[in-house]
Amino acid sequence: MLGLIQDTGTLAQTPNEGTNFLHGLLQWLPLPEWIPDWVLVLGAVGVGVGILVGLVSVITLWSVWMERKVSGHMQCRNGPMYAGGWHGWAQTIADGIKLFQKEDMIPLGADRVLFVLSPAIVLASIFGALAALPLSYDWYFARMDLGIFTILAIGSTTTIGVIMAGWASNSKWSLYGAMREAAQVVAYEIPLGIALMVPLIALGTFSLLDASALQSGFYGMGWAIFQNPLCLPAFIIFWIAALAETKRAPFDLPEAESELVAGFLTEFSGIRWSFFFMEEYAAMFLMSVVGAVFFFGGFESPVTYALRSLGMEGTIVFSLVCFTTLVLKAFIGVFLMMWLRWTLPRVRIDQVMTMGYKYLTPLALVCVLCAAIWEAFLHLVLN
Amino acid sequence: MTSPTETSATEDEHKPSIRPADEVRILASGEREFFMDVATSDLEINMGPQHPATHGVMRVLLRTDGELVTGAQPHLGYLHRCAEKIGESVEWLQYLPYTDRYDYLSAMNNNLSYSLAVEALMPELEIPRRGTMIRMICAELNRIASHLVAFGTYGLDIGAFTPFFYAFREREWIQALFEKICGARLTYSYIRIGGVFNDTPPGWLREVADFCDVFEGKWQEYYDLLIENHIFVQRTANVGVITAEMAYDFGLTGPMLRGSGVDFDLRRDMPYLEYGQAHDAGAFGVPLGTGEKGTLGDCWDRTQVRMKEMIECLGIVRWCLEQIEPGPIIGNVPRVIKVPPGEAYVGIENPRGELGHYLHSDGGKIATRCRVRAPSFVNLAVLEDLMPGSLLADAVAIIGATDIVVGETDR
Repeated sequence: MLGLIQDTGTLAQTPNEGTNFLHGLLQWLPLPEWIPDWVLVLGAVGVGVGILVGLVSVITLWSVWMERKVSGHMQCRNGPMYAGGWHGWAQTIADGIKLFQKEDMIPLGADRVLFVLSPAIVLASIFGALAALPLSYDWYFARMDLGIFTILAIGSTTTIGVIMAGWASNSKWSLYGAMREAAQVVAYEIPLGIALMVPLIALGTFSLLDASALQSGFYGMGWAIFQNPLCLPAFIIFWIAALAETKRAPFDLPEAESELVAGFLTEFSGIRWSFFFMEEYAAMFLMSVVGAVFFFGGFESPVTYALRSLGMEGTIVFSLVCFTTLVLKAFIGVFLMMWLRWTLPRVRIDQVMTMGYKYLTPLALVCVLCAAIWEAFLHLVLN
Repeated sequence: MTSPTETSATEDEHKPSIRPADEVRILASGEREFFMDVATSDLEINMGPQHPATHGVMRVLLRTDGELVTGAQPHLGYLHRCAEKIGESVEWLQYLPYTDRYDYLSAMNNNLSYSLAVEALMPELEIPRRGTMIRMICAELNRIASHLVAFGTYGLDIGAFTPFFYAFREREWIQALFEKICGARLTYSYIRIGGVFNDTPPGWLREVADFCDVFEGKWQEYYDLLIENHIFVQRTANVGVITAEMAYDFGLTGPMLRGSGVDFDLRRDMPYLEYGQAHDAGAFGVPLGTGEKGTLGDCWDRTQVRMKEMIECLGIVRWCLEQIEPGPIIGNVPRVIKVPPGEAYVGIENPRGELGHYLHSDGGKIATRCRVRAPSFVNLAVLEDLMPGSLLADAVAIIGATDIVVGETDR
């Protein structure tokens, strides 16, 4: 699984091609010869999973704190101010400990197996999707030529967990939430995928690493959004669909708290509830990363361009800068999602469906068509 | 899916909404019918008494077909505190704090309604003009505070969180003003039989004028932020339409009535205090529903009427600030009030509609009959007719636009 997928596609710009950092770790560690290969592989997978879990936890904790601060400042409040000292930075950690200590409650009449399984499925699928993310040009778990397919395919299985949660809860409000989730996610996966095809056409790759490398133009001018004029409308469609996919306002219908009490989350509490919460923030981060990689240059920024022209490519500093650039871009996206959430009212289910099927899907198709024509024009006519 | 046959139709009403999956029925014709799928009969779902959209402890029994609401039955009484019976058991003045608790968001107006009803039974009692002016200022400030809550919580119902906090920031200012004048922030008991309890503290009227100036600018921001927001308009326009005839038939009052375009406001049409003079001086107008975003009488119209009323309230407050002069604030009220025999009904324009008190006295220290006409209770009746045919999310929007306070429906 992790780290075991061999490289097939190569691209000249990518440094250190053919290795990922788990392979590198195995080569670098002075391990004795007699250890069998499967132990090494399992060990490497363990290290990879550890890094991933740590990363997702940090991202989630930070995002939750950020959401509370952003909403607080938008609403003339301060948000958390006490836990940890400086601006309540430890508030989410304290909350996590509290949630962990809570009584494990399963409602009467609930389908116990599904109820217990659903948070695990939700969390597992989002971890699986995040495993396909590269952290830098030479820091990745797996070099996948079809990275974006993997992310969309594994990431969309969270829906199954949510539907299971709603069905298993033995609550009508939960069931409503689950049904809404099913309808909404199916409706918005189509425009999401189609809108992503526009930068894919412009860049000509499905791999996240290659897509980023292909956008390394002059001081950030090579970003996909500048390469093809159809990328901007495609990004807007992608972003609206991503909001719906991650159940964020104004599309937070599955958990609409003023209508459905808490939707599919109604009967969940304690650590199970916090799994769903982690999934939401991890999904926000994931969607923002996908948007950043395919529309806004991925690891590329004026800084990386300058470093590359200084000949620092391949150094640890360069990798760190790449990683920081991507995370910063992703958090700008996360902030945008929070901004929208605390500004807009919620749309109604029929409006959600109308928008998805009637407007976004055809518009995305038109975008793809025009982008293809534009690329053909560039390559065939002007060449 | 198999449609229910005639023989099973009566059974279905008493059965749970989801049938066993592999049930076999024998029809009247002798055929065997297999129900292999889940029948999509209506789902009965309790909205409340603990539900975030019912603004307290109200229960609406919804009958739904998927997202579609096919029937709604409001159930009341979870907050019943025997207010009217208490009014017949305690002395006239002792009952005043209980009036605070009907519609706890507009306690000043509740005090005023009760005081006016008692004063109507005591014709020899003179109310000083300064007392009247302070009463009007407090009632109108309280109306703004109440509409701010209505606006903020309606935003919450529709899913917009932030306007709620903005509304509460301004409401906080009004509460601070009330705290200065009477010490309480929610249940004031400030307007008394015969006038008001205390004179204004020094500089208080100046602060009220400051509030009016600041609030006018803020009001415009809130109107643009929420009421004119495209998603908000999409969610509320053409939803829960109350025609003028329906409004008459259900006896609606307040913004619920004016949202349907019926031009009726007790402050202008049956003036009490000095509202008649204020209206003649052009201090306030009566905003009406226009149907500009959808149909006349929809949820958007009702919300818009509430918003515009806040601005009209500012006009009344400013007029009172011009008119107010030094003088006594309360008439010559004895320590133990004895009301001459008789009966009186006084209805005033509360933020939610006509709040009326019917009082009957046999000349003693205690009322022999105390009856409250609560606007929220009367306005609530229309829900049953509005909700069928709407979506579940619309049901929330309709309850929110009705702007009920459960303390008042149940009393």
